[in-house]
Parts: sequence; structure tokens; C-alpha cells
Amino acid sequence: MYEFEFARPASVAEAVKALSEEDAQALGGGQTLIPTLKQRLAMPSTLVSLSGIDEMKGIHSEGGQLVIGGAMTHADVAEGAEAYPALAALAGQIGDPAVRNRGTLGGSIANNDPAACYPAAVLGSGATIVTSAREIAADDYFQGMFTTALEEGEIVTAVKFPQPEVANYQKFLQPASRFALVGVFVARFADGVRVAVTGASEEGVFRWGAAEAALATDFSADAISGLTVEADGMIGDIHGTKAYRAHLVGVMTKRAVAAAS
Amino acid sequence: MTKVSMTVNGTPMSGDVEGRTLLVSFLRDQQGLTGTHVGCDTSQCGACVVHVDGKAVKACTMLALEAEGAEVATIEGQAAADGTLNAIQAAFQEHHGLQCGFCTPGMVMSAAALLKDNPKPSEGEIRHYLEGNLCRCTGYHNIVKAIMAASGQDVSAIAAE
Repeated sequence: MYEFEFARPASVAEAVKALSEEDAQALGGGQTLIPTLKQRLAMPSTLVSLSGIDEMKGIHSEGGQLVIGGAMTHADVAEGAEAYPALAALAGQIGDPAVRNRGTLGGSIANNDPAACYPAAVLGSGATIVTSAREIAADDYFQGMFTTALEEGEIVTAVKFPQPEVANYQKFLQPASRFALVGVFVARFADGVRVAVTGASEEGVFRWGAAEAALATDFSADAISGLTVEADGMIGDIHGTKAYRAHLVGVMTKRAVAAAS
Repeated sequence: MTKVSMTVNGTPMSGDVEGRTLLVSFLRDQQGLTGTHVGCDTSQCGACVVHVDGKAVKACTMLALEAEGAEVATIEGQAAADGTLNAIQAAFQEHHGLQCGFCTPGMVMSAAALLKDNPKPSEGEIRHYLEGNLCRCTGYHNIVKAIMAASGQDVSAIAAE
């Protein structure tokens, strides 16, 4: 790692101030950032740890939504989000136990890894991302691989999850990295169905509109039997071809619907 | 340099560290607690697992300054002061849960974290919990057996492979 200064502010306001310094970088749980720093792929002047900010912690219900602090670890969510079982189950499948004890919700969605699990839950739930500056709808937040609507120095302080009638996440595990080779989050609300896919696309997490439309009229695995996603635009690598990932999107969506129904 | 203070195995410890100093470097290089191993240094292998405020973490993927004020437990604190092994360590010895021993500190610390939350885990739960701990010698069977035995469960049904 290159040298950097370390700051651990106690409030969001202090963190925002610290992040206004040139080349300052926010540190969530560090489960992606620290390996990145070790490879010298990043050279921040100051790392601003978000782990000491109490206002970014906690899980509570508010107006029918489950509000989870951005600094909550995957283990915290797996244990504490029992009001939203599909989300708790997703959090409990990220990485391994030691990684889940450090990695955070805010860190995961700020990074927006194309194979991360949380983006599928956030987009699939139609959640709202609360930042140090504003609130952003999930549909506007994810803008492609490792790209989000966050501005420089903007911090994800919480995520508000609407709670669907039923939901499920199915992850086809890439067993070495423990990321999703393909992961599909399906959520049925009174006014429609959302299907969010991670791991598959070169554009990062995306909604599968055709499946959403089909499931809105018939929420069953059979309803999407005739549907396919284009292999073009899928990720192709040594772990799976574009066509394989495109196929898995259909398979995992069906499994998620079957598990949720 | 910044001063960092934490309690390690019940003993207050402090030292001057850089922002980039990893928790595992603080433990090994500054405090001489070399029982915590660095295997892959990429948070894959789990040889560096320690407990921070009771939770298993990979000490190679946490900055020392993030552990300011924390209660840290390492493999050195597992046995009694007179060297008597704890139940997990004794079971690893009894059931041949190690060969070269490199992964063992992380395995024991992960097992301790598991048994704290789940005192009687099934074989499947143990295997699942150890996803982030790699062993290249044993093939895991005897590690799983040792953890079952340490939790007071009958291991006669687990085949010796």
C-alpha cells in the first residue's frame, strides 16, 4: 500500500468535511478497498473511516420501509433484518463469515461491483439510497459497472427498503470469489414485480423488464419459461461464457420466483 | 505515525502505527504475536482470523487503527496460562485436525466464533462456516470432526477419511 493518512470521524458532517480534502477516500468495511490498496490500484491521500459514525448504524422501520444504516455490516443485516427475510438471507450469503463481519451495506453499493449481491436487493426492492446530501431512487443510482450517481465525497448513510409481499434472492455462487456468477432478486409488490440481476451484465446490475411484465400477470416460474436475455452484453470470462450467464439469468429467476411463491 | 491502543488477549497493548499498518502487522511485527498467520494476504485463506470485539475478522484486511479501543483475541490467548489447550485446540490434536499447521490458528479462531454463536453446529453448518478458511493438507474432514468433538457431539458417525 502507498502511504495515506487515516481519519475516523464520529459524525457524517465531519466525514464529509474530511472527504473534501483532495484525494481523500471513504473507507467502509475495507473488504474491497484494502485489497485494492494492497495492489496499489488506488492512492488516496487520506482514508476516512466510516466505522465510528453512530448515525450510520442501526436498523429500524419507518413508514412501512426498513431503514438500514450504511455502516451496518453484512452480518448485522443477516441478523437484524428479520422484517425483510429475503434481504437478511442475501446478506448472509455474501463472502464468508469474517468478511461479513467487516463489509458494509454502504460500502458495497458505493463500490457497485458488477457481481456484488447487494445491488440486486437494492434495485430489486426499488429502495431509496440516502446519502450525506440527498435521497436517490435505486433506478437512478446504479449507472454501470463500478459507477453510481454518487458525487465526489458523497456518503451512503442509509438505504430505505420498501417491504414487498414476497421476495427471494437466488445466487449462483462463483465458489472461489464467493461473488455471484449470476444472482437474481425477485420482489412482488401490490403494484408490480421487480426483477434485478447481478453478476451477469457488463453494465452491472440491471432490471429484467420482460420478466417483470410477465410475472406481474402470472407470478409463477412457468410465466417466464419462454423468455430469454440477449447473450450480447453479458460478461464472458473463464468462469462462464456470455451465453452461459444469459442462460443462468433465466434459471435463477425461475428459482427465485418458485422460492418466493 | 499515530498511537493505537487495544486490548489483546486481555492485555492492554499500544504502539505507533502508520495509517496503512494492518492489524495483522501490528500483532505480529510490533507485538510479536506471530501465531496469527498471513497466508494469502488477500482475505481468501483465513489463516489470519482473529476476533475483534468478539467477531471473527481477517486481520490482513483490517487496518490497525480501525481496532482502536477494541478487544482483540488471537490464538495466543486460547490456551490456559499454564499451556493447557482449550477444548477446540485439544480436539484438533485428538482428531488430527492439522497437518502442517499453517491454517490452524485461523481455523481455531473461526471455530471458536462459530461455537460461541452456535454451540452444537451440524456437520453441514461447520463446513459452511469454514468457507473462508482454507486448508491445503487435511481435506477438512478431521477439522470438521474436531470441531464437532469440541462442541461435545458424537463424532463416531463421521467417517475417518
